[in-house]
Amino acid sequence: MSDKITIEIDGRTCEAAPGEMIITVADREGISIPRFCYHEKLSIAANCRMCLVEAEQGGRPFPKPVPACATPVGDGMKVQTRSRKALDAQRGTMEFLLINHPLDCPICDQGGECELQDVSMGYGEDVSRFTERKRVVKDEDLGPLIATEMTRCIHCTRCVRFGAEIAGVRELGATGRGEDMRIGTFVAHTVAHELSGNIIDLCPVGALTSKPYRFTARAWELTAEPSIAPHDAVGSNIQLHVRNGRVMRVHPRDNEAINETWISDRDRFSYEGLNAASRLTAPMIKGDSGWAETDWQSVLHWVADGLQRVVADSGADQLGWLMAPGSTLEELYLGQKLLRGLGGRNIDSRLRQQDFSGDAADPALPWLGLPIADLEQQRAVLLIGSDIRQEQPLLAHRLRKAALAGAMVGLVNPYRVELTHPSRQLPAAPGRLAAELAAIAKAAGAGGRSSLKGLIATADSGDVHAEIAAALKQAGADGNGLVLLGALAEASPDFGLLKALAYQIADATGCRIGFLPPAANSTGAAFAGALPHRLPGARAVDVPGLDALAQLTEPRKAYVLWGIDPAHDLIDPARAVAALAGADLVVACTAFRTPSLEAVADVLLPISAFAETSGTFVNAAGDWQRFQGAVAPPGDARPGWKLLRVLGNMLELTGFEYASARDIHDALAAQCADRAPDNTPRAEYPVGTTAEAADGTLMRVGNVPIYAVDALVRAAPALQRTPLSAPLHLQLHPADAEALGLQDGDQVEVAQGPARACMPVHVSDDLARGGGRIPAAVPGSGQLGAQIGPIRVAKVSGENDQ
Amino acid sequence: MSFRNAPLAVIHDVDKDTLFTPEIRAEIDRHVAKYPPEWKQSAVMPALTLVQDHNGGWLSRELMDQVAAYLDMPEVSVYEVATFYGMYDLEPVGRHKVCVCNSISCMLGGSEELMQHIEHKYNVAPGETTADGKFTFKEFECLGACRHAPAVMVDKTYHECVTPESFDKLIKKLD
Repeated sequence: MSDKITIEIDGRTCEAAPGEMIITVADREGISIPRFCYHEKLSIAANCRMCLVEAEQGGRPFPKPVPACATPVGDGMKVQTRSRKALDAQRGTMEFLLINHPLDCPICDQGGECELQDVSMGYGEDVSRFTERKRVVKDEDLGPLIATEMTRCIHCTRCVRFGAEIAGVRELGATGRGEDMRIGTFVAHTVAHELSGNIIDLCPVGALTSKPYRFTARAWELTAEPSIAPHDAVGSNIQLHVRNGRVMRVHPRDNEAINETWISDRDRFSYEGLNAASRLTAPMIKGDSGWAETDWQSVLHWVADGLQRVVADSGADQLGWLMAPGSTLEELYLGQKLLRGLGGRNIDSRLRQQDFSGDAADPALPWLGLPIADLEQQRAVLLIGSDIRQEQPLLAHRLRKAALAGAMVGLVNPYRVELTHPSRQLPAAPGRLAAELAAIAKAAGAGGRSSLKGLIATADSGDVHAEIAAALKQAGADGNGLVLLGALAEASPDFGLLKALAYQIADATGCRIGFLPPAANSTGAAFAGALPHRLPGARAVDVPGLDALAQLTEPRKAYVLWGIDPAHDLIDPARAVAALAGADLVVACTAFRTPSLEAVADVLLPISAFAETSGTFVNAAGDWQRFQGAVAPPGDARPGWKLLRVLGNMLELTGFEYASARDIHDALAAQCADRAPDNTPRAEYPVGTTAEAADGTLMRVGNVPIYAVDALVRAAPALQRTPLSAPLHLQLHPADAEALGLQDGDQVEVAQGPARACMPVHVSDDLARGGGRIPAAVPGSGQLGAQIGPIRVAKVSGENDQ
Repeated sequence: MSFRNAPLAVIHDVDKDTLFTPEIRAEIDRHVAKYPPEWKQSAVMPALTLVQDHNGGWLSRELMDQVAAYLDMPEVSVYEVATFYGMYDLEPVGRHKVCVCNSISCMLGGSEELMQHIEHKYNVAPGETTADGKFTFKEFECLGACRHAPAVMVDKTYHECVTPESFDKLIKKLD
């Protein structure tokens, strides 16, 4: 059989691959066939019958019209999509579909962008012959993100198939038969998946619509502005739908190489935070009588004077400068330029890292290690310290595809991660992660350098280790094995050791190594030089400055915080707040007012949030993606790069004469022209001792929950109401709970150094023994210390006391 | 995309040896063995039938969940099957099930009069159970016995060419 065959559609000769469906060929040729149930990313259901066409094969017509989505092409096949017979069939289907569809288009959110409306206009009749009563279907409560109007459902089952095939959780189904058929969960429960919002886009009618957007705008009032999603390192391509200077909703833009046609709920619904009451709308200065609004001119003079005074009195080394890794490339570049212009060198954007011992060995421009789409082709992936679904939902989706295609996905994590595909998980308390990796390295036959040799040789390799090592070796030999380090590894006090072991495993198995950058622009921060040991273009610094943690453990006299809430965005909030409170000057550039900022800062400068500024994000795969501001920042808030430019001018620094964000981008791009991401380490990783928990203590596992990752998400109310947003609690392994005399629901006081916080206990054997999982960046967690570090637990009251 | 996606398997967090009885499990396993391992969900219909028969003729949600767990399938997939087919009952039923065919041949052969007779004589509407709990009266889609319409299925036995008089005799014989 040859590779290509020819068929004829509406008289046009088309090339096709054997086994393709008629509709695929027609779509490629730009011949439109109406459809509802067919979607190129989902399996074929062929249940709406809208795509009926007339076809003949070898001169013999098919006796009936055939569904184009489910009829494979054959050589010499002739297809008529607009013949009398085809049109009759389509018209007939349309009439049946409309029998039970309500005529509520004027009050339907889908109105104006509805596939049923469009197809009905193109292929339906203008008058209905149906005079009987229409059916009514009870609504489903699918949670705070998705609004339902099930009477409008036409049973295409796209949402059902999305759940089974893409999300991997079969929550929706089609129950009942005939007129009683309905789509729902059957037993009332909320749909809880990080990609669930995509069923809003998939639904061809108004049965599933966005709950936060509901009844707020009409499709034709909106202007679509292309943008890049700001919450993870995927860099999903999105569209901001804007009306009257306000982002009304967010939709995905297709980009097969990055986000395919999906976006995560976090990227879809975080826009709500833009209009939160906690937005900072005017520059504010702290006086004797509390916070007072002021004007830009005087506040900038005040800040410039303050910075100059600190530099003059105490030296530029007394400046600490912390920037959120979700800032734009332009902000990061200007930020480091300003600090270094003042003679300072203490700048960092790795806010959730506590072990910086590997800085000298780290690759200059760490990245994912391969293009995002190539994740699907991997045959074996070892994830180290990553709750991937929470951290990078769409990368988790790519890995799921690889796993369903037969890849081995192994995980070494402080807790068992909930996945929707087969995996090999090795949960181990934070101090034991290195031992697990050493066991895999041993099984893979890694000898190890002198310092690692002992650790690897004494490791205890079990069946699972051997299985993971064998799969990695086999995949590595074929060039499609991967070892990935995630956010929980980065937060670990043993990050350097974990990296050393990860490189050992990668070397021994022939696998590639990759990093999962924690934020939208973590990779960009290395390009921009917003790191203590890197200049723009990731060039090495002669004398590195202090890293993010050292700036707080060796307190500075003055700090500039860029897009940071100290209680939530830093690895050790208790220490951060103490260090900042003791400083002479704290300048906070922020889009949101938060209690912890108000407590420690001297001035609050309102900067633009996502969607309000133009800029660039560099995603995990090293793609530079520029975007424009879609709406104006609220009140007196200004795009961050403008603030830095003006401040640079006031400080009379050279090289701040930029007219636009584009100029800044171009200036940095010129310095990065010969730089590409590369994960080759520049030296051997120094190997220290592992951070084992002392007797009587547990190791805290402070994962950052999916909807706590940055200020914008934390201010988005609908996301905060989903089941994925858990309040502060302590999760314990049953054996640890028993040893401490604790039961599910007990109230405990957790002590982390001098820091204290009260919370309820959840007992779960997902957690490894010796760990105590307390989420970071959620309300209440700001009183605690390092995300991963020893804690002591004491019972306050039992569930049934009182 | 393809047609034949292997169905989504969901491993439930239960010990399968605690589900049903050893006899029911053995019987379900006999059906599971007929299909390739990744298609063990294909045994859902006989499994539901078995479980229903051992539960006085109806399926509770808990039982459907157990079938889902036993066959490694999503619960909602079991609900889909159980709500689609008329032979599964999701609420408690009488001691017997009386299913009267309402499809075209039986309708022409007199099933409508038969149903009216049942409704009046036994004071029970389709889908209801008689006050004494003797039988549940179900209006059924085609029983596939067109040549001797109208057909009535009492529990698992077919009765053909049923008249109101012969129907009453059938009911009298039930305990």
